[in-house]
Amino acid sequence: MRSVWIIAKKELKTYLYSPIAYILTAFFLLVAGFFYYSILAWANEQTLRMLQSGYPIDRVNINQMLFEPFFNNMTVILMFLLPLLTMRLFADEKKMRTEELLLTSPLPPAALILGKYLAALAIYAIILLLTSTYAVFAFVHGNPELAPLLTAYLGLFLLGAVFIAIGLFASSLTENQVIAAAISFSVILLIWVVSWVGESGPGAWRAILTYLSFFSHFRNMVTGVIDTQDIVYFLSFIFLGLYLTRSVFEFRRWR
Amino acid sequence: MIQVEHLTKKFASVLAVNDISFRVEKGRIWGFLGPNGAGKTTTMRSLTGYLPPNDGRALINGIDVGEDLRSIQRMVGYLPEVVPVYGELTVKEYLRFVAELHGLERKKIGFAVERVVEKTSLQAVYGRLVRNISRGFRQRLGIAQAIIHEPAVLILDEPTIGLDPAQIIEIREMIRSFRESATVILSSHILAEITQVCDGAVIIKEGRLLATLTRDEWGKSLEVAAADPVDEAIASGLRLAFPSVSDARADGPLLKLEFKEPPEDLNPILMHLVEKGVRIREVKAGLEALYMKAILAEEGRVS
Repeated sequence: MRSVWIIAKKELKTYLYSPIAYILTAFFLLVAGFFYYSILAWANEQTLRMLQSGYPIDRVNINQMLFEPFFNNMTVILMFLLPLLTMRLFADEKKMRTEELLLTSPLPPAALILGKYLAALAIYAIILLLTSTYAVFAFVHGNPELAPLLTAYLGLFLLGAVFIAIGLFASSLTENQVIAAAISFSVILLIWVVSWVGESGPGAWRAILTYLSFFSHFRNMVTGVIDTQDIVYFLSFIFLGLYLTRSVFEFRRWR
Repeated sequence: MIQVEHLTKKFASVLAVNDISFRVEKGRIWGFLGPNGAGKTTTMRSLTGYLPPNDGRALINGIDVGEDLRSIQRMVGYLPEVVPVYGELTVKEYLRFVAELHGLERKKIGFAVERVVEKTSLQAVYGRLVRNISRGFRQRLGIAQAIIHEPAVLILDEPTIGLDPAQIIEIREMIRSFRESATVILSSHILAEITQVCDGAVIIKEGRLLATLTRDEWGKSLEVAAADPVDEAIASGLRLAFPSVSDARADGPLLKLEFKEPPEDLNPILMHLVEKGVRIREVKAGLEALYMKAILAEEGRVS
């Protein structure tokens, strides 16, 4: 456990000493803020129109109109930005030849992988926490429900955690950060859109592909539904990413 | 003690290390000598466990590297060819991190860092970012990280490469000082470095071991290069004047000397030659001659 912390601490330092985490956070907040603003404007306009046409005001749902589209849009930003957060994790160690130091020390490779993973996850958690300021405005001026908001955040956190695990794996494959980012972005995108193919396929095929895609699992959580099946889905994806990274190290040793 | 037995390492179809065996006794400093790409780095990486061999084995203090990697990693200090530093950390942060990697107890880390900073004279750059320190300091930092856990075996890959002469002398002094506490292997392609620092040397070329030489062996021979052809009479005169000289032959402008024991002081012999009118251009330590002999014998064998 201590060895995981040693690596995580060092990684967090590296993130905080380099501009990348700040730049990514700034861009994330900028784009997310823009989405929030435009969705809010759209929701306002819609609400106004609904009221004018005699729609009962107590049926207007701010969670549905504001937060659901907002969170769905945030996933797109994550798909672009998280590969940039994770690309350096192992690729940079290889490029700078510091990997030799890590792998000749008595530190278990599992601790190395977990430490790096948790550090990236912590940075991501901070970014998410910062976006919660947007929601605060909604509570000040409106009356949204807290529970679906929390499950949506949990969903977003888990989804990002999966992206980071994929990014970590991609970074272990190459010493080139750009290639690492390209791999993780492609993999994430592919798993995302696999459900589109599924929709037009035959029954069993459709069920499998829909299950594999992030989309259906994330959608549940955004609408306030916590299903253990979804949680298990995300956790097993994270585990798979970390396990594959571990396998890369094993494979490279015995090649 | 380091034992290497029939070590073989292949990369795809290239034999990087081909059936190498040697042995270094405890407390000795041993050199790996050979041209670039000879397999020195690969052999060293096998000793650290970073690259497991395809065949053969390496033992450190009797422990097989392939069997008990964790014990080996605790016992071995390693300076890779490219010093593995993080530019964004300060020297202090970096050394603390390496100490933690090696599993040093929290309360001992401060002391360990202080010890290696003093040993490698890093005080001047202690608070600086690693990316801003000079090549010489960076190399010393590399050695500092290798010795932070007080390893019984120290493996140094080209420890003086890219340094200026004054820095090279400093690093050599430092390596010599490790003799008391550790068994050391270092690689180099500078012959003078090996003769000055090492007790023995292994000559490697294209993955194969060409010769194993000890200080006693190379200390016993010497070549004096003169400006003009040397008279055979001078050579025989030398044999008579110095009983420690077992053989002296003139070969054009080269005077080849063999000693019964490695000589303590060469000055009387060189003075004698100067008095006889020999204009000395260069004195080549025995290792150079032996090295060339091994390389030439190899080339003769191949062609």
